[in-house]
Amino acid sequence: MAVVSTPTTLTRALSAMDNAEVLRIRNDFPVLNQTVNGRPLIYLDSGATSQNPLSVIEAEQEFYEQRNAAVHRGAHHLAVEATEVFEDARQTVADFVGAAYEEIVWTSNATEGLNVISYALSNASLWVAQGRGDSRLRDLALGPGDEIVVTEMEHHANLIPWQELAYRTGATLRHIPLDDAGVLRMDEAAEIVGERTKLLAFTHASNVLGTINPVSDLVALARRAGALVVLDACQSAPHLALDVKQLDVDFAVFSGHKMLGPTGVGVLYGKQELLDVLPPVLTGGSMITTVTMERAEYLPAPQRFEAGTQKISQAVALAAAVNYLTETGIDRVHRWESELGQRMVAGLEAIDGVRVLGPAAGQDRIGLAAFDVAGVHAHDVGQFLDARGIAVRVGHHCAQPLHRRLGLTATTRASAYLYNTTDDVDEFLDAVSGVRAYFRA
Amino acid sequence: MSLDQLYQQIILDHSKARHGSGLAATAAPDGASTGQSHQLNPVCGDEVTLRVAVDHGTVTQLAWDGAGCSISMASASVLSEMAEGMTVDELRSVIGNFRDVLRSRGKIPADPEILGDAAAFEGVARYAARVKCAMISWVAAEDALNQAA
Repeated sequence: MAVVSTPTTLTRALSAMDNAEVLRIRNDFPVLNQTVNGRPLIYLDSGATSQNPLSVIEAEQEFYEQRNAAVHRGAHHLAVEATEVFEDARQTVADFVGAAYEEIVWTSNATEGLNVISYALSNASLWVAQGRGDSRLRDLALGPGDEIVVTEMEHHANLIPWQELAYRTGATLRHIPLDDAGVLRMDEAAEIVGERTKLLAFTHASNVLGTINPVSDLVALARRAGALVVLDACQSAPHLALDVKQLDVDFAVFSGHKMLGPTGVGVLYGKQELLDVLPPVLTGGSMITTVTMERAEYLPAPQRFEAGTQKISQAVALAAAVNYLTETGIDRVHRWESELGQRMVAGLEAIDGVRVLGPAAGQDRIGLAAFDVAGVHAHDVGQFLDARGIAVRVGHHCAQPLHRRLGLTATTRASAYLYNTTDDVDEFLDAVSGVRAYFRA
Repeated sequence: MSLDQLYQQIILDHSKARHGSGLAATAAPDGASTGQSHQLNPVCGDEVTLRVAVDHGTVTQLAWDGAGCSISMASASVLSEMAEGMTVDELRSVIGNFRDVLRSRGKIPADPEILGDAAAFEGVARYAARVKCAMISWVAAEDALNQAA
């Protein structure tokens, strides 16, 4: 390789991650340095919640120790500093996903983000019925005859808000089915997404199957139909380079705690022209321009959707998490996790009686694998692994319809992150290979 | 606590043998009053449908169908084996004791004199996430008894 003078991040962007680097990374995560049931903790549940590097923990602590104040009000020194770091955090997150600063709304988590979209849209219907709001709202309002489309693989958080939106507005909820391998039936999608479709909501990467969905194909269907696109980016934003402009989605949501950040903070991305005309959902302080005893005028986004005191320290800490991912290189993280995911699937498929959900080995998937062990309930699998210090998720992973479609009620899911080595995966595979004998299956 | 203390041999045996399993194929005894209950744990999908038959204050049959983890299935099996022949009051009392032990986080030891084979589930009390697994059929039995009484 030619010796060239490049910034560290660029040099690292070219090199693949390896176990040695991962072990150095792991030193940044205090919680991973412990034993569970006498064994070193192997944390393979990052799909549910990820762990925090010291820089994230310290960012939140530093905020409270040095800058804590209410943001967007008060002229005193601390208030100014707090507002600065809070809004810098917004810019950091915006840059991370290719959005503009004004298009990033803080939420408590991704679930709240999806509910905000759902309630803003039904509020749009109410406003339009009363002749209120911008004329552009008429295009956004839903009513009887309109259709909302989701997929059969959605997390409940990207299903139930749309069931309820349909209920509130009289619209109809439809879904794109899966084939037996758990892949979206794109032939059916082309039939289902049509001129009645007002909104298409789907996950970027499945939290159960590990599939990365064909976003551009789905967006093209929605554009043809004139429908809005909502992207659940919970399992993609933490693990791969996400560019909301390039994907051309109208809304996207993700959670801080799944991407090395703290709990209690999530992100709603929305195109500015949509966020600025949609009615707010929560109303009160910080989101208004003029208030009289009869009515109020609202600020544009993002403040329009940020009533009340915000999760300031969490947002600041989330920005530290994003910086950690950026410094490591999100593309490098993606490649490393893909390798771990492939290793998991290949290893699981080789174990007698284990059925892996989603794409087979060799096909594209993120760094997770959900699986069924013949004759052993997922809870027992999880308990068995826990006894060896291995943390996995068991249950339906908030995707009951998907499990029903695959003829299962509960599965076990291992999900990796940038702090997992191939040795972690091998230890996990070795443990899984002992499950059926222990439970006499 | 080791895995073997949680999954005692009695539990692993009963999770396979499943005493009293097969509701549809088991007719309720003539003359008995019956009560039936369906319980579902939405967290893991454990599911039990359980029927008790009571004749002159005595439980004459406890039959069930279910799907779930080894602990939930074994506890239904043990319950079924224990319950038959008990008076309704005795069974209620045993269910109450079983619940107290399981919810105690290990503070109340299981008394084999009271709980018989069900004392094997003592270790479950240490695993908060699994208490509902062990309890599901016992909750169903309590509910079914209320209907049969």
